[in-house]
Amino acid sequence: MKSIDLAVAEVRELNQALHDQASECLEREWEVLNPKGQHNLAVGIDQNLSVEVRGHAGYFCAGMNKKAHITVHGNAGQGVAENMMSGTVRIKGDASQAAGATAQGGLLVIEGNAGARCGISMKGVDIVVKGSVGHMSCFMGQSGRLVVCGDAGEALGDSLYEVRIYVKGEVKSLGADCIAKEMRPEHLEELAELLNRAGIDEDPAQFKRYGSARQLYNFKVDNVSAY
Amino acid sequence: MSNETNWTSGLRESATFDRNTMAEIRRAAETGIYDIRGFGAKRKLPHFDDLLFLGASMSRYPLEGYREKCNTSVTLGTRFAKKPVVLDIPVTIAGMSFGALSANAKEALGRGASIAGTSTTTGDGGMTPEERGQSKTLVYQYLPSRYGMNPDDLRKADAIEVVLGQGAKPGGGGMLLGQKITDRVAQMRNLPKGIDQRSACRHPDWTGPDDLAIKILELREITDWQVPIYIKVGATRTYYDVKLAVKAGADVIVVDGMQGGTAATQDVFIEHVGIPTLAAIPQAVQALQEMGMHRKVQLIVSGGIRNGADVAKCMALGADAVAIGTAALIALGCNHPKYDEEFRKIGSAAGFYDDYQEGKDPAGISTQDPELSQRLDPVEGGRKLANYLRVLTLEAQTLARACGKNDLRNLEPEDLVALTVESAAMARVPLAGTQWIPGQGF
Ligand SMILES: Cc1cc2nc3c(=O)[nH]c(=O)nc-3n(C[C@H](O)[C@H](O)[C@H](O)COP(=O)(O)O)c2cc1C
Repeated sequence: MKSIDLAVAEVRELNQALHDQASECLEREWEVLNPKGQHNLAVGIDQNLSVEVRGHAGYFCAGMNKKAHITVHGNAGQGVAENMMSGTVRIKGDASQAAGATAQGGLLVIEGNAGARCGISMKGVDIVVKGSVGHMSCFMGQSGRLVVCGDAGEALGDSLYEVRIYVKGEVKSLGADCIAKEMRPEHLEELAELLNRAGIDEDPAQFKRYGSARQLYNFKVDNVSAY
Repeated sequence: MSNETNWTSGLRESATFDRNTMAEIRRAAETGIYDIRGFGAKRKLPHFDDLLFLGASMSRYPLEGYREKCNTSVTLGTRFAKKPVVLDIPVTIAGMSFGALSANAKEALGRGASIAGTSTTTGDGGMTPEERGQSKTLVYQYLPSRYGMNPDDLRKADAIEVVLGQGAKPGGGGMLLGQKITDRVAQMRNLPKGIDQRSACRHPDWTGPDDLAIKILELREITDWQVPIYIKVGATRTYYDVKLAVKAGADVIVVDGMQGGTAATQDVFIEHVGIPTLAAIPQAVQALQEMGMHRKVQLIVSGGIRNGADVAKCMALGADAVAIGTAALIALGCNHPKYDEEFRKIGSAAGFYDDYQEGKDPAGISTQDPELSQRLDPVEGGRKLANYLRVLTLEAQTLARACGKNDLRNLEPEDLVALTVESAAMARVPLAGTQWIPGQGF
């Protein structure tokens, strides 16, 4: 395992070293020491690496990740795993707002809680949150799945497109065009698989499903109060 | 009754409720929805036509047209990037999305720009291979919607443009109506086919200039500090926006005035939000100068640029380069009279067509219809655009030489006067024949 200590090295050196693995991978296992909440850690990786961040991360940790498996042994700041394409990002602690924003693939697991707008504009990623999520989560979510084992804040799934949302606890309120939907066998199966992949022991039968009513997909005068 | 007889029989049209206004009231009453359209502001605004150059005579001497050089090249992104963008001419092609425009139109823009030695820009909806393939220098837009945003394309870009807003709709998001969402567009944007797509008006993962500084660092980290990062703003509080953009770490700032074109926006937005391009430039330049960053952070100006005089005037006011959207589409054949009959079939006319959102453009430019798109030959279109770009450059050079300048960027406000009090106040140059700059005393 290659260890980079941010008490002595710069974030730039860390990211460059990780990017250098894209063309020729000389080292798969990486460890980041003393991250101390610095921003932009392990962003733009394009290789099947494993990266252990030993501490808290600032904004945009694991941003645009491709293929890598990144674990933050602490909390993560705003926009963790934003626009991730593939791979896995796991946050052992809490995540701030806009976790997994616009992410297109891969799996984001947050073992603590996530702040506001978790999964905003998500485009295909799967997000599993062991705790609760803040308000406006999944705002304008396009595709992928969001699983919340705790509660969801106000206006969940506002202006939702095709994301499937599963929540075990309470939903404070649903956003425009987001409705509760029937849990059919295929959904129970899908949820069980997601929980399993995330390594979270919960009973799928305890969850409710939410999705788009698809009433705002094309502009209609009668919906004018929703715009 | 013809207009002529209306007039002679003493009928009087209201200036307040003119024909356009009445038609719009009727349209609103019929449909119950605001008017959405493309193009830029159509109302008359203080503009570059209100400025004139003071050619050289006794107190200044001009340069010889064919013998003495007038440099047109410009380097953008010298502040932080390892590989700044070097252009032969200071006229760039503005960001216009694939989706709003056909793949052939995007390819033609790339071809034309590459022949003329300048850059093109992607748009909302991501980068197409046609566009990357045909554009020698391609700027990749990073927009609030992040449609089609992916790190591979980011790394293929020659520069990144973080879009905060557009002159046609500062504070507004994008719109792409269902009729333009074909399979390919839907797939690139990861949305169902045929739905009306709203693009967000704010970025999803940051708010405010302090966050933006971190976002810019993220983009630099991902691209290993290779390429310049531009910030594009619609012209409103330009003085403050430019200062904040410099502070956030921009290499280049793009200021788009209210005349700037759009693919689809509410008419009320296009006509009533933002300030004219003319008014925005001096604000931007003042902000840069006060920070000691003029010419170090380059300024690109857009919004209603049509000819070499507009280019030269922008540069005299302190811009390093300009960007064109609408004019480039017209060079490709947008609104061409040869399609007048077809324009009329869809309720418009050549020269008036602005319903880019409908996707029925007879000229094959603002459409996704495969048959209509075929009408635009990307090679021929590229050739025309290159010609037009050359004319803009030659015209700007002609004016610069007449003012005794051997580089377009040596043009200065001192070379300009204004025809109207408004334009003098906005452009901060004296009213012609006087020493008077309104707001700055005598
Ligand atoms: C058809 C069309 C599509 C556009 N799409 C975008 C876009 O995706 N992103 C963006 O920042 N600006 C977009 N714009 C605005 C242009 O980048 C540019 O700001 C504007 O066209 C400049 O003004 P001009 O048209 O008067 O030259 C678009 C403009 C047009 C005409």
